[in-house]
Amino acid sequence: MTQQATPDDAAALPPTPAPPSDTQKTEPPAGQNILREMLESSWLVSLLAIVAALILGGVLIAAADPAVQEAATYFFARPSDFFAAVWNAVFGAYSALFQGSVINFQAPDLARALRPLTETMTVATPLILAGLGLGIGFRAGLFNIGAQGQIILGGIFAGFIGWTFALPPGLHLLLAVLGAALGGALWASIAGVLKARTGAHEVIVTIMLNNIAIYLVAYLLTTDPFQAPGSSNPISPRIPTTAQFPLLLGEGFRLHLGFVLALLVAVGVWWLMERSTLGFRFRAVGENPNAARTAGMSVPWTTVWVMAIAGALAGLAGSAQVLGTEKVLTAGVAASFGFDAITVALLGRSRPLGTVLAGLLFGALRAGGFAMQARTGTPIDIVLVVQSLIVLFIAAPPLVRAIFRLPTPGGPTRAERHAARQRAKAATTTTTTQEAGA
Amino acid sequence: MKLELRGITKVFGSLVANDHIDLVIEPGEIHALLGENGAGKSTLMNVLYGLYDPDDGQILVDDVPVQFTGPGDAMAAGIGMVHQHFMLVPVFTVAENVALGHEPVKGGGLIDARRARRLVQEISDRFGFEVNPDAMVEDIPVGVQQRVEIIKALSRDARVLILDEPTAVLTPQETDELIAIMRQLKAAGTSIVFITHKLREVRAVADRITVIRRGKVVGTADPSASETELASLMVGRSVSLGVDKAPAAAGDATFRVDDLTVMDDAGTAVVDRVSLDVARGEILVVAGVQGNGQTELTETIVGLRKPVAGSIRLDDRELVGRSVSQVLEAGVGYVPEDRSTDGIIGTFSVEENLVLDLVTSPPYSRGGALARGTIRDNAEQRIVEFDVRTQSVETPAGTLSGGNQQKVVLAREMSRPLRLLIASQPTRGLDVGSIEFVHQRIVSERDNGTPVIIVSTELDEVLALADRIAVMYRGRVVGVVPGDTDRDVLGLMMAGVPLEEAVVQAAEHHTTLGEADIVAEDAPGTDAARDAAAAREEEIQ
Repeated sequence: MTQQATPDDAAALPPTPAPPSDTQKTEPPAGQNILREMLESSWLVSLLAIVAALILGGVLIAAADPAVQEAATYFFARPSDFFAAVWNAVFGAYSALFQGSVINFQAPDLARALRPLTETMTVATPLILAGLGLGIGFRAGLFNIGAQGQIILGGIFAGFIGWTFALPPGLHLLLAVLGAALGGALWASIAGVLKARTGAHEVIVTIMLNNIAIYLVAYLLTTDPFQAPGSSNPISPRIPTTAQFPLLLGEGFRLHLGFVLALLVAVGVWWLMERSTLGFRFRAVGENPNAARTAGMSVPWTTVWVMAIAGALAGLAGSAQVLGTEKVLTAGVAASFGFDAITVALLGRSRPLGTVLAGLLFGALRAGGFAMQARTGTPIDIVLVVQSLIVLFIAAPPLVRAIFRLPTPGGPTRAERHAARQRAKAATTTTTTQEAGA
Repeated sequence: MKLELRGITKVFGSLVANDHIDLVIEPGEIHALLGENGAGKSTLMNVLYGLYDPDDGQILVDDVPVQFTGPGDAMAAGIGMVHQHFMLVPVFTVAENVALGHEPVKGGGLIDARRARRLVQEISDRFGFEVNPDAMVEDIPVGVQQRVEIIKALSRDARVLILDEPTAVLTPQETDELIAIMRQLKAAGTSIVFITHKLREVRAVADRITVIRRGKVVGTADPSASETELASLMVGRSVSLGVDKAPAAAGDATFRVDDLTVMDDAGTAVVDRVSLDVARGEILVVAGVQGNGQTELTETIVGLRKPVAGSIRLDDRELVGRSVSQVLEAGVGYVPEDRSTDGIIGTFSVEENLVLDLVTSPPYSRGGALARGTIRDNAEQRIVEFDVRTQSVETPAGTLSGGNQQKVVLAREMSRPLRLLIASQPTRGLDVGSIEFVHQRIVSERDNGTPVIIVSTELDEVLALADRIAVMYRGRVVGVVPGDTDRDVLGLMMAGVPLEEAVVQAAEHHTTLGEADIVAEDAPGTDAARDAAAAREEEIQ
């Protein structure tokens, strides 16, 4: 007797109803697969994507440079002129970018030479914080586009607590920061609850919440509790020093405690995702919601939690801006941090260390971009193009592999999978034969 | 067309997937390629179909050496392949799917839809496939989809048809229809390579059997060879195909389902006033053809679905209305039907999968933090206990073979004190060695005094494991019968015939069905068996 189907048993059966096709598995939407693919390609690809983007950016810098354009007109007469001009343009722009974001070699003293690096860290702070939050969502299978709105809400809460109450230093800052986290968490939870209760797609809801947040802050800044007294500009009162993030390197540098907070949060997120049961659930739901459900985890509950935590971190990004860098609340509090943070999280593969590094890179591009424009006249828009190209390359790992002639990881995946199976099988048979012999 | 493979060798890294394989497929024969999962059958066929480039060896068509650089070449040479997972576009019609890739074109570059339809109709009529060319592929049953794949191959003039594990996705009834189709194709002169690990099917349909183990041809056999012989050849050691089990020492019925009704989204009752009970130390097998409410029944017990009426009581505690995690905490172990989607998380490591539903409680976590040492120790222990073949506890579970994945699920569900074990299709897709192991574990859980519910669509498994059998048909329990009930009676009950009537009918026609096994060995006689079965079918209606 085997345990296999017997065709002749079946022959005996009269026609039975066709199996109802109600297997009702919640297939992960296509978007989620793309997300996963982007998260799973290798670090090398990320690095090469950056290199490729910088090279293409260099081409654009050269093409936009007047000296290069002029030299191109007599390219065949004196090609060396052309190449010299290209070199000057690209090297000049990128070295300005570097000096504007890491070390300024022309500075009179060491402190000022390192000033660009502190700028980079300052700009990176909200990117890292928001990026960490988004990364948690990505790993739990939620495509949260709403960091922008969550940053704004964080800024509103932080600012309001900041300028409204008079509290001792330390406590005041703590309350304002917690308020920011709460504000972001509440805003994001709207999307979480809607998804959990009604199935509303988080991408659409968070995008809409971004719009609402943008107009909400613009409106609030026209009302009394939010507008600076005696001003008709949409700008809030200044945050008192008791609620400000202390400067790390004293006056003359904008770098504040928020950066340290961002690094601590990164460590916390690592612990959450890798070492806690909550993170285990998040990852399980993100990788296979069906198996997670069957194992007794509540997918809706997880959705709400993930969104709340992601929102809290984005809210912290808002506090870094309002309580640290800007010291006031304006309608532009979130700038484009919320969207850049998506890129940062993707570039960092949603891992905390990766997100910190990617945040620093984007901070550097942004901080250095101003220096580049000021010094060489290269438009800062090039930086945006480079940022976009990085994402584009990361979204298409095979393209990067083709450009740099990298082998597809481990040959054809089919073959690989098959080989693994074969090996497992080979091991099985060896041991079973031994057992049989024994 | 005669097809010959000579000394085919294919190496992946350090692994020799095919080791100098010789295979001759004579015109108009059904040649079974038998081997366990991962023995190298599919690699060989992918070489033949031009998907892999062999490292050594030759392919000869009608004694002329050929080289295939892709499936296109293989198709042109008259080789067609039906993959285990169908390559069809669900939102296209049958005719569109068949035409896809070499669409008949009329003037102005327009697709000649009528010709495509006629082609499908023609092939369908010739072999009695009963396929409607205008049906949407997503709307037709799996068995018919498979026929569409066969039509696709035939429409490209395939004279050798490779069927890769064709019965894995089919119900017993559909399997039978497929076998009939294979015979018709053979009669029309098409050769068929039939890849499988199911012994009965091989003996029922094959003209010749080649057994592959670990990439090598280990022997050829006639269909008259016994199943035990074939199994031993395939596994490389003697295997026992039955299950050793002592009579049940049934205790109190601690699990009870009363009048349970479950609706699907469309509002039809998929579980219809079902009442069951299972005693401690007893295996109740829920038998039935796939799709008769068994899946919904188990999912409702575990709390994945909400019933509209009825009660489920375990140890006098009501389970209806409780969440999945509460049901699991009450001591229910659940092995889901589809392990790869519901049982494991492929990207998670083996050790993580082994605690998937245990991780939120001690000893696997403390104060919200994972107890990684305990999780590791647990994994190492379970791997030994359940004989999970994995490189390490950190290996992603998705890379394990199906049998080992199933062992991971079983190990997890049995690693805590159980008050009830539910396993749905516990051996589907597993090889002989794993089936043996899984059955033993289930029986030993029963012997520990746990009530066990097994859902199975395979009569052999039902009869091997059951102490009692509940047969389900269209959401209802047709009857609960003892575990040694006659196979014929069960077959009839699975078709909705009530017990008394089934017993009467089975007694009248016992000889016909009793002969079925013997008839299966003798291909020409099987048509007669089917005629008899069909005649009986008419009687029933």
